[in-house]
Amino acid sequence: MTRADEIARGRRGGAPAESDAEGGSGLLGSPRRLLSKAWRFGPLRFLFGGGEAAESRLPQTTSAKLPNALTRTLSGVELPAMPYVTEGGSLNAMPRHGGQAGRWFAFSLRRPRVASGGEPAWLLPFVLGAVLLLSVLPLARLAGAGVSGLVGGEAARLIFEPATFAALRNTLVTATGGMVVSLLLGSLFAFAVALTDVRGKLILSFAFMLPMMIPPQVTALAWVEMSGPASPLLKTLGLAPPLGSPQPLYSLSGIALLLGVQHAPLVFLALKAGLAASPREGIEAARLAGAGPFRVFRDIVLPLGLPGLIAGGAIAFVSGIGNFGIPAILGIPAGIETLPTLIFSRLASFGAATFGEIALISTLIAAISAGGLIVQQRALAGRDYRLIGHSGARAAFALGRWRVVLEALLWAVLALVLVAPLLALVASSLVPAYGVPLNLKTVSLSAYGEILFRQSITLTALKNSLFLASAAALGLLVVTVPAAYLLTRRNGALANLIAILIEVPYALPGIVLAVAFILTFAAPLPLVGVSLYGTIWIILAAYFSSFLAVSLKPVMSAFLQMDPSLEEAARLAGAGFSRRMRDVLLPLIAPAAGASIILVFLIAANELTVSALLWSAGTQTLGVAIFNLDDSGSSDLASALSVLVVLLVIALMAALEFFAKYLPEGVLPWRN
Amino acid sequence: MAQLILNHLTKDFGGGRPAVADVSLTLRKQAFLALLGPSGCGKTTVLRMIAGFEQPSDGSIFYGERRLSDAERALPPEKRNMAMVFQSYALWPHMTVAENVGYPLKVRGISGAGWRKLVGEALSLVKLTDFAERRPSALSGGQRQRVALARCLVTQPDVVLLDEPLANLDQHLRKAMEETFHAFHERSGATMVYVTHDQAEAMALATDVAVMSEGRLLQVAPPAEIYARPEGRVVGGLIGRGSILQLPLAETGERQLGWPVLREALGSHAANGAVGGPPADVPRADVPLADVLVRPEHVHRGTDGIPMRVISCVFEGERFAVALALPDGQRLKAFSSVAIAEGQTAPFVIASGWRL
Repeated sequence: MTRADEIARGRRGGAPAESDAEGGSGLLGSPRRLLSKAWRFGPLRFLFGGGEAAESRLPQTTSAKLPNALTRTLSGVELPAMPYVTEGGSLNAMPRHGGQAGRWFAFSLRRPRVASGGEPAWLLPFVLGAVLLLSVLPLARLAGAGVSGLVGGEAARLIFEPATFAALRNTLVTATGGMVVSLLLGSLFAFAVALTDVRGKLILSFAFMLPMMIPPQVTALAWVEMSGPASPLLKTLGLAPPLGSPQPLYSLSGIALLLGVQHAPLVFLALKAGLAASPREGIEAARLAGAGPFRVFRDIVLPLGLPGLIAGGAIAFVSGIGNFGIPAILGIPAGIETLPTLIFSRLASFGAATFGEIALISTLIAAISAGGLIVQQRALAGRDYRLIGHSGARAAFALGRWRVVLEALLWAVLALVLVAPLLALVASSLVPAYGVPLNLKTVSLSAYGEILFRQSITLTALKNSLFLASAAALGLLVVTVPAAYLLTRRNGALANLIAILIEVPYALPGIVLAVAFILTFAAPLPLVGVSLYGTIWIILAAYFSSFLAVSLKPVMSAFLQMDPSLEEAARLAGAGFSRRMRDVLLPLIAPAAGASIILVFLIAANELTVSALLWSAGTQTLGVAIFNLDDSGSSDLASALSVLVVLLVIALMAALEFFAKYLPEGVLPWRN
Repeated sequence: MAQLILNHLTKDFGGGRPAVADVSLTLRKQAFLALLGPSGCGKTTVLRMIAGFEQPSDGSIFYGERRLSDAERALPPEKRNMAMVFQSYALWPHMTVAENVGYPLKVRGISGAGWRKLVGEALSLVKLTDFAERRPSALSGGQRQRVALARCLVTQPDVVLLDEPLANLDQHLRKAMEETFHAFHERSGATMVYVTHDQAEAMALATDVAVMSEGRLLQVAPPAEIYARPEGRVVGGLIGRGSILQLPLAETGERQLGWPVLREALGSHAANGAVGGPPADVPRADVPLADVLVRPEHVHRGTDGIPMRVISCVFEGERFAVALALPDGQRLKAFSSVAIAEGQTAPFVIASGWRL
């Protein structure tokens, strides 16, 4: 006799008296009641393997000895013999494990349609599929091409060519130099804003973050217009060096300086986030322990800020490795090639014949970036100083009369790295021709008229960029909202893997990603037989891939900061997944989703690196248009277009700033 | 009449000992069960398994003959017809008070006049009719709590779960809310499960108190019963402010001990220690030591008592709390209406004790 039989027999023996007394909760119940129950629990029964099973599986208890009616009339009266709640008791007769395994057998191969986590069955395959398509497929294709190029030997020879070697050296030199400049500028601003009582912190942060949001080719153009013999600004001020003297920025140190300016906000952000871990109490405790301000800075603040400094330095280095816009504007005229510009010029001159080579160079860039990040990991190991439950109050050193000095220094730096180049850009957009000084007689808006009304190329570029940016910003939400939900509701290896796969394309230099997409989509698509290469859709696909992480982050922080009981309450209220998504979750994450749209739009509209490799006639973007105009010597048109781009950036950032109070923390990169 | 049945419920999150181990309970309809225990004892996990947010690793949950959960599958929370008051209240900030309360109705397809009527009734029950169009952020803590409660009662759920609902309220509001809960329970007739670590709350509200510790269910009984007759040292120590004495008592016999029995045990025990024989905590060969719970309200001064030394006497508002030392050094708590000088030795009577 099996165990289940034994139990069933035992229960049958003890049951009759009780089920009589219960007044028909079992098979003896009235037909109407059974019917209504069958209607109500129908789906459940189906889930659990048939109706008759549920009926024949009545749990037996000793607690309900009185009929219902009697209990009602007696309610409020002391009923010592009939406890409301009984401990286990005769339930011991029930099987511990399902026991009815045999009855469930037919369904045991089917997963329940809704897991207890509450996510629908399609969610995981959908997110996983999107991530595989956008991240794994192109990168696997690139890695494959890199390896086969290496094995083939033909491409391996190229890596030892002097040109490649020089480009590698230039890349490392400029990225390292840029990192040093970024560290100096970034830490000056981070310490000042995070730890002192300087005034106007918000405007300082906002202004300092601008270079990060301004596209690199525009930054480079602005600096070129600011310095050198032809600068309208210097000419107007009468400070221009004589014609024929070299442009000082067309050099390795020029590239390094601009990389430093461009990426200093990254150091600033990382360090500021790190300094949030040094609470005022910690500094006050050190002061009480007898340490002067300098000792506190050396012994407490600096060690606590070190992880942020390391992280920021590593990001600045990796971004410098992959930067295309700055070396393209500054390096190409001077014959200085870095790895990204090398890829660009090879592709431009040899086309598809050079796929193997550029795949190999891209792999090299990816390897250096990965190396930088690994060094960062090593340096950060054991330096996790995040404090748990510290108070929100930031430390603030009162500077006294030094405050004015520091403020003057900060504004002077901003004037040099931000205001002066932008003024130069505006100035050169207003002069009629290259090399003419700007004054009341020469000022003209013809460049703006040219790009806005006459040049079909700039109009096409504007249209393309707006389309690409809005399509990427809106389309990505379709992937990132479900992905963010999945990643916050699940944990474990699979969720971690998805999170990493989403991060990788963003962490990789854009040029690597562009090459990966060229390799993946150069051949006609399977089934359809149409090639995306040369169309605007390949740029859109690459944007989807590289901005997936940008789009995900705000939505993810919104889900993370949401009290999970808000969703649980909706579930108990009876709302299924799509219902509570619509009624509860989406309204709550709407501000973050809006921020995500604007951020992706902002970055995608100005993007150059990816589109520089993927564009063809008719699909150029704003970034490509600026680059081409400058390349062809129309610096006034390039400047005018750049001014419009900068205005767009400032307007979008200001819009985000305006909505900041509705956004979850950590969404806006330039806010605390 | 449907009962909520927890059958050998076990939840293991995979971190050493299971969070909930082998909990079996049967709750009749209209039961108001307080799950009491120190934080981390697994009581919230039990609640979340009943709601369907966690799936048990072993055992099962039934409502009537419906199998709600077991280790293999679980009915999702949205199909359980349960309601819950969360510790954070979980009001949706983008909906008004009325929309919050009426959301379960909206999901069930009730709209228009029927919706307004039911929402109005629920709001008037918690006395929030005037606040219907406000947002939750414009309400005080107690008002938010009442909105959460109204949201629970609007659909007449089978089971109402309350997760430390009063933890974030001040003392004065707690009393008022306890009364609201009580009225709600009387009116709705739903089975209620109330998780708390505050035993005063548990005693005041519940028809039954279940004490949990380290994931295990130790005892279930009505409040008066669990107070008077706790099982074992842990429950005895958790419920009320009693002292546990170790006294030599025969294993058989009554568990409710009167003063004559206690005096004899104390006397022989004390004498044993006093004559310099074996130390007091070593049991005599013939009579083993038993744990005896003594409630402070059962200790008072009396001429036929045995002498005890007053260690401290602290005024607590309505009375003095006195700490006493028995002749053999064991400690005892007592209440007194008058102050007693510390260090003084006086005769005290233990009117009643309960062998654990």
